Amino acid sequence: MKTAVVVFPGVNCEHDVVQAISALGGEVELVWHRDNDLAEFDGVILPGGFAHGDALRTGAIARFSPAMREVERMAAAGAPVLGICNGWQILCESGLIPGAHIANRDLSFICRFEEVEVVDTDSVLTRGARPGQRLRIPLNSYEGSWVDPSGEGRVVLRYVGDPNGSQNRAAAVANTAGNVVGVMPHPERATDELLGSTDGRLLLESFLHSTALVGSTVTA
Amino acid sequence: MKVTVTIDRRPEIADPEGTTVKRALHELGFSEATSVRMDRVIHMDVDGDDPDEVKARVEDMCRQLLTNPVLEDFAVEVES
Repeated sequence: MKTAVVVFPGVNCEHDVVQAISALGGEVELVWHRDNDLAEFDGVILPGGFAHGDALRTGAIARFSPAMREVERMAAAGAPVLGICNGWQILCESGLIPGAHIANRDLSFICRFEEVEVVDTDSVLTRGARPGQRLRIPLNSYEGSWVDPSGEGRVVLRYVGDPNGSQNRAAAVANTAGNVVGVMPHPERATDELLGSTDGRLLLESFLHSTALVGSTVTA
Repeated sequence: MKVTVTIDRRPEIADPEGTTVKRALHELGFSEATSVRMDRVIHMDVDGDDPDEVKARVEDMCRQLLTNPVLEDFAVEVES
């Protein structure tokens, strides 16, 4: 089961994601945003960073990359799709997750551990977690406040505090099917004792387990 | 043709920057500024002869790329 990590110009967390997925035993490969064939992959992760320097709006330009046509195809086919931080912003701009992101309520770039609570386990990110379980994951964003006037986004992780004004204190939101998830804190930076927390493992393991399920479905 | 695109954040979407600027104005004694919204203006030069056609094309640009309908409304003005 193979996971693609899409590299847009300006992204800077792709190697962290590769390192974390590899450490969990997952097969993972970086792909350039101009790639237009992800057929060999069972799941895809859009890593954090500043795609295209956040020009215009976060994720506004990245959504037009050829690789995003493949991400849309995979999302529609039920494959696991995860956007972390800037990756979630790209998923919102693409319409794969409802809503959009604005600047943090206090206009501060937040870079610290935040505690999040699992509120919904019906998603590729949270299926291995228990409802109510609390996890310590680093948050690292300026435009981290999610707004969703449609009310259609399904919150799967919620901040225990209220660091950025995100609607319903959302830290991660899934689509209706649960195979596409955007998460603002960085699970890949909480996968080793050296990093101060290993709570992100559970989330990435859920994702990896989901890619295996998709693979077995396809094979069958 | 000179085209001006005004992009306004929808009233129901919070504007933390506008709120901060309003607070600063009040601290300077400009308490009459009761609402501050940090909206955006894009100035463009666009090839074309027919102002209506140019306007329609720029509106299409707004829908596809320049604005996010979740957050923003827009108005296009063509200077003929």
